[in-house]
Amino acid sequence: MNTMEERKELIRAAAAKMGKLTYGGETQKVDTPRMQLQRQSPKLASLEEAIKGSGLCNGMTISFHHHFRGGDKVINMVVAKLSEMGYRNLHLASSSLIDVHEPLIEHIKNGVITKISTSGLRGELAKAISHGLMEEPVVFRSHGARGSAIASGELHIDVAFIGASSADALGNACGYSRSENAKSICGSLGYALPDAQYADKVVILTDDIVDYPNTPCSISERYVDYVVEVESVGDSSKIASGAIRDTKNPRDILLAEQAAKVIINSGYFNDGFSIQTGSGGASLAAVKFIRESMIERGIKASFALGGITAHMVKMHEEGLIDRLIDVQSFDKVAAESLKDDPKHQEVSSNEYASADEPGSAVHYLDIVILSALEVDTQFNVNVLVGSDGIIRGAIGGHPDTAADSALSIIVCPLLRGRIPCVVDEVTTLITPGSTVDVVVTEYGIAVNPRRPELAVRLAKAGLKVVDIHELAQRAKRVIGDAAPLPFGNKVVGIVMNRDGSVMDVIKNIEE
Amino acid sequence: MFVPGNNPAMMQDAFIYGPDSIMLDLEDSVAMAEKDAARLLVYNALRTVDYGDTEMVVRINPLSTPYGKKDVEAVVKAGVHVVRMPKTETAEEVHEVEREIERVEAELGCVGRTKIMAAIESALGVVNAYAIATASPRMMGIALGAEDYCANLKTQRSPEGMELLLARQTIVVAARAAGIDALDTVYSNLNDMETFRKEVELIKTLGFDGKSIINPRQIQVVNEVFAPTAKAIEKARAIIAAIKEAEARGSGVVSLNGKMVDRPVVIRAQRTIDLAIASGVISKEDVL
Amino acid sequence: MEIKTATAGTLESGDVMVQISPAEGEGLHIELESTVALQFGEQIRQVATEALTDFGLTNAHVRLVDKGALDCTIRARVTAAAVRATGKDVWKD
Repeated sequence: MNTMEERKELIRAAAAKMGKLTYGGETQKVDTPRMQLQRQSPKLASLEEAIKGSGLCNGMTISFHHHFRGGDKVINMVVAKLSEMGYRNLHLASSSLIDVHEPLIEHIKNGVITKISTSGLRGELAKAISHGLMEEPVVFRSHGARGSAIASGELHIDVAFIGASSADALGNACGYSRSENAKSICGSLGYALPDAQYADKVVILTDDIVDYPNTPCSISERYVDYVVEVESVGDSSKIASGAIRDTKNPRDILLAEQAAKVIINSGYFNDGFSIQTGSGGASLAAVKFIRESMIERGIKASFALGGITAHMVKMHEEGLIDRLIDVQSFDKVAAESLKDDPKHQEVSSNEYASADEPGSAVHYLDIVILSALEVDTQFNVNVLVGSDGIIRGAIGGHPDTAADSALSIIVCPLLRGRIPCVVDEVTTLITPGSTVDVVVTEYGIAVNPRRPELAVRLAKAGLKVVDIHELAQRAKRVIGDAAPLPFGNKVVGIVMNRDGSVMDVIKNIEE
Repeated sequence: MFVPGNNPAMMQDAFIYGPDSIMLDLEDSVAMAEKDAARLLVYNALRTVDYGDTEMVVRINPLSTPYGKKDVEAVVKAGVHVVRMPKTETAEEVHEVEREIERVEAELGCVGRTKIMAAIESALGVVNAYAIATASPRMMGIALGAEDYCANLKTQRSPEGMELLLARQTIVVAARAAGIDALDTVYSNLNDMETFRKEVELIKTLGFDGKSIINPRQIQVVNEVFAPTAKAIEKARAIIAAIKEAEARGSGVVSLNGKMVDRPVVIRAQRTIDLAIASGVISKEDVL
Repeated sequence: MEIKTATAGTLESGDVMVQISPAEGEGLHIELESTVALQFGEQIRQVATEALTDFGLTNAHVRLVDKGALDCTIRARVTAAAVRATGKDVWKD
């Protein structure tokens, strides 16, 4: 005999031995059609409920990403709500801050935000901070250093507020949407991934709640505590432009052509090479020249890294670049490709550029083309502070890629109007000269004396290789000597090196 | 390369694209009300901007306008290499400009420094091409200005350029007969590089020394078309080497591979090397 | 020297817009607005003063709106404005 009734005793005995209860037949089945449940979950909340539920207290750290670029509405919306709820003394840690975040000035004045960590600052906010708006200096980190600091706990995030173009009720979230109601698209959420993984609480804000399951996804529900539906996470037209706009600026084209020639003759332009480029006019145009040369010589790249553009996607689709590793999609074409193409892979900022992550992609990078606000005669680069002493840029992945690539190329005009880009000493040190190999200007190409073999190769290829001191001299001859800037004695910014040490400070500017 | 004379940013940057010659324009690209300001801008730029080895040309307004004489005074004082006369029709016009230049040069004590280039932009100019080309020892080249020429002919420009054929050939022949340069007109559609390339190929075949351009993007095409092939350069170098060798021997007879080299061959070889340098295929140092 | 209000130059990058008007008092009053005022303000004022002195204009109110112009451009624009303000050219007729 072996009936349910007869086993009851044995079940009780087994349960007692394990210290468990016995099953009492409590399970009730819900007969609601599951389609109706695909949009429900206890995680759905209003922004205020989510903030309250997250346990956020005064003095804690909140984080954001800047994937919605100039269109971002999330940071201003959340901070306004926090202010309204009476929060004070918060540390705002964003992957970057730009012009559109000007309203933060008021929140800083009111004491809602008293500390900022970011990769960059632009616009009125940057100007105000440069003039000494904050008591506490802003801490600047590169994308790799930020990922690294979050992973190590040095930058501990209490609550991450992550804008997403789509999410289901459980928090499976993406920088794009597959639904018909898609309102925005930014592609990769790479800068937000460390936040999602390491923050104590994660709040997803989206303007497109979709049916479960929103897979494949960038951020998995297992990291997400709250999902907040909002009217709009960002102004689409300012998030990503649709069409590729090739530069017609002849100087950009000249710089691009020179940069491409440097790459082609560098010794690193071989089958299987890997490359990263910026989104500036010269960088984009350089990619076009490189493409032609790749086709001509039958060379293919193994991967392109970093900020991915439509040009890169096109080359990938043509079979010229095998994989795309995308921390930030620069345009709609790149964002769509990330959504649809499995060989176009999203990457978190620490796996992209951290110095501490053994598998970070920059360790495997051959060539990087970077821009600069200033380069000095020691090849040090500044991409953060303008030559008027005002913060006006972002570190981005600049020092990470320069340090880890086999060949780093800085492309910048010698002069922007009357502003010199090759100077005796950079206003602020962001990327150490020891990691910079070549500087391309319209008046000639300077090669770091550390790389004599490169100088020989480029000269042999007929490129105009010049001493970087000569470039600085030429700039001075054209524009004259700049007067010293009226810096004050207050430190308004601290620049962290990617190894976690303090590399430079930014002083306030007085007028 | 044509650069509008009232645009400081473009005037400063023109040099970096490596054109053989920069022509700052005071004429058609400058509005009447800005002639005075552009003249001062060109004057100051010529005096201070470092243009390296680039040949500096200024297109002045005709002397028949209220601006022409002042233009000559300003640019000659600024040390321009070449004064380009627009809409030149007769040798007499060249003489007038020459007299103006000489007057200013005499004041400065540098008579003979400034050269002249004449743009031929009308039927009468084409008919008088040789007279214009030989009107002054300062004359270094004549150029076709096709837009005005076509208007004057009561036709318009076509992609094939049949309407310009006689003018182009007349100008090349006149320039060759006078021993000066022949320069072709501009092509203004920047988005049609294919037609531009065909036009450059055509004028090279016709014998022109160069092409006028309006944008740095056109430089590469001109250089590519005018660049001699590697084989031609190699042959030219061998000939030049043979000349040097003959000179070293003190002999007037140049021979290569046992064959005597004729004078036209020597001239062509030198031109090949010059073109190779101008189009950036080889550098000056390579030749020495 | 008798002068009327006159302008020269443009607001394009690399250029400077100069306005010269009759002075309220003695001397040159230079008002400067520039994208590079901190680094080059003094130099720009000096070039403008020199250009006007060379021209022979000693009493005037000068307003410069500078978009990163080089010295040669500033000199050219200031002189052009002075020519227009005085009706006296620097070249012979």
